[in-house]
Amino acid sequence: MNIPQDLLYTKTHEWVKIEENKIKVGITDFAQHEITDIVHVELPEIGTGVKKEQPAAVVESVKSAFDIYAPVSGKIVEINNNVLGSPELVNNSPYEEGYLFVIEFFNKKELDDLLKANDYKKLV
Amino acid sequence: MEKLLNELSSECQSAYGVECDVAIDAQVPENLKRGIPLGLPSITENDLLRHFTNLSKKNYALSTVFYPLGSCTMKYNPLINERIAKNDAFNNVHPYQPIETMQGTLEVMYELEKDLCEITGMDTFSLQQAAGAHGEFAGLLVIAKYFKSIRQKRKKIIVPDSAHGTNPASAAFAGFEIVPLKSELDDGSVSHDKLKEVLTSEVAALMLTVPNTLGIFEKNIVKISKLIHDNGSLLYYDGANFNAVMGIVRPGDMGFDVMHINLHKTFSTPHGGGGPGSGPIGVKSFLEPFLPVPRVEKKKDKYVLNYKKLKSIGKLKAFFGNFPVILRAYAYVKALGGKGLKNVSKQAVLNANYMLAKFKDKINVPAGNRCMHEFVLSPKPLFKNDIRTIDIAKRLLDYGYYAPTIYFPLIVDEAIMIEPTETESKETLDKFVNVVNKIILEESCQELQKLKDAPINTPVRRLNEVEAARKPILKWK
Repeated sequence: MNIPQDLLYTKTHEWVKIEENKIKVGITDFAQHEITDIVHVELPEIGTGVKKEQPAAVVESVKSAFDIYAPVSGKIVEINNNVLGSPELVNNSPYEEGYLFVIEFFNKKELDDLLKANDYKKLV
Repeated sequence: MEKLLNELSSECQSAYGVECDVAIDAQVPENLKRGIPLGLPSITENDLLRHFTNLSKKNYALSTVFYPLGSCTMKYNPLINERIAKNDAFNNVHPYQPIETMQGTLEVMYELEKDLCEITGMDTFSLQQAAGAHGEFAGLLVIAKYFKSIRQKRKKIIVPDSAHGTNPASAAFAGFEIVPLKSELDDGSVSHDKLKEVLTSEVAALMLTVPNTLGIFEKNIVKISKLIHDNGSLLYYDGANFNAVMGIVRPGDMGFDVMHINLHKTFSTPHGGGGPGSGPIGVKSFLEPFLPVPRVEKKKDKYVLNYKKLKSIGKLKAFFGNFPVILRAYAYVKALGGKGLKNVSKQAVLNANYMLAKFKDKINVPAGNRCMHEFVLSPKPLFKNDIRTIDIAKRLLDYGYYAPTIYFPLIVDEAIMIEPTETESKETLDKFVNVVNKIILEESCQELQKLKDAPINTPVRRLNEVEAARKPILKWK
């Protein structure tokens, strides 16, 4: 299972990449494997406010639909339109092409609650 | 696989033809004429008859196979109910005919409401809702209207993650904010402490599914009820699993204020494939003014429909709801009586526990040694080589079974949920347990490819569900 060292993680299986005052968010390799083949992704609109640990997006597989939680509070400033037309990107490239959205965060301190790669590894 | 009628079609044959009426044809303006022939198949009468007869032989039905999916899809539906539902005296009633001429129809509804009150301990019922989730929606609107009437702002509904998935959906639809509650890991029950944490003055109600989706009876209902009511909130009973507790406990006695019950599940109506259903809601008397209209009432010896309820949430379904389902439920309740209904629940619980006992030494059962009418297996620890629950379910089709519920509840990884229902024999249950054990314990190790390819013996092999969802082909050619 692929858990890149340079990313941060949530207990709910999102990964986070910090880019200045923004974070890029997607689901982990473990999550995509558990969810199985993804057939539909629902993303928030750009400009939407999101709250830490509250649902921000939905991915749906043949198995079920799953909420994707915002790792921190902030505003959606970018979404990955490619996964809307090709949801398989989330399965095939969860950390690169299959990212979901970018949040501009309000409070840098909230990042402290995220897990390091080794801690996430212990979790799964 | 049976060919489509379009594939059997050939221009030189036909079962029945309609001659063009020259006189009418002459009157139709040329610009309105179709110009090209209709693309209907041409086929001989015998081939047509065989086509439909052969298709009907491929039907899965309770009269031919065991449904481990249980009452969610199909349990035993007495055929006498079908005869009663087809009776002209009910079948030909028009909802607009004078009220004096449909007294029998109203009497059935009035009597069933009374029976449901006795069975559940609630004070009054509304039969209008079309199914379980519709009942939840109605019940939540009643709760919203109640708090509005006493001028309290309560926008939150607490839903444990061991509840039916429709609960949060209905609450959101009714305009509430959902507060998810993590249930106890071992049996999906509600933790007193965790509940306390989320119970604020904004909480309108807690929705409890009893027994919960792990098939476990909530242990601390009386304590929970006190906690909720001390907070000024209401307690909602999701009665979709009511077939486990009939005649044993009553939600009304346990402190529930609002509930719904699925007549098509608990009181038998054939309802596979999404309908028809009926989801009556029962409430305590202080909520009666808010129920949907019309209400069936008895004035002296006559039944009337009362539309004049000023506080009512209004109308939710045309006319009387799904009356034939109400009628079947009435017949079921009257035929079985109190003792009979209690036996239905006892037998359903016994059958489920019998199967659970046969499984538990071999396959992981996350919620322990006892269950109500259904239980959940988690075979994940036994899976090797990327076998998944879907493969087990598909392989069961090869053995002639309808597949059980899989991947639900979400709180159990790779879940298989089994509800045998009350009418299955020990032999049927034994056979099914043996087949499931064989697939999971033997075939998943030794005959891996068979499982990945399954179903092998069905008219249609494994469908590509992913492609079907990503790129659906919705028409022939």
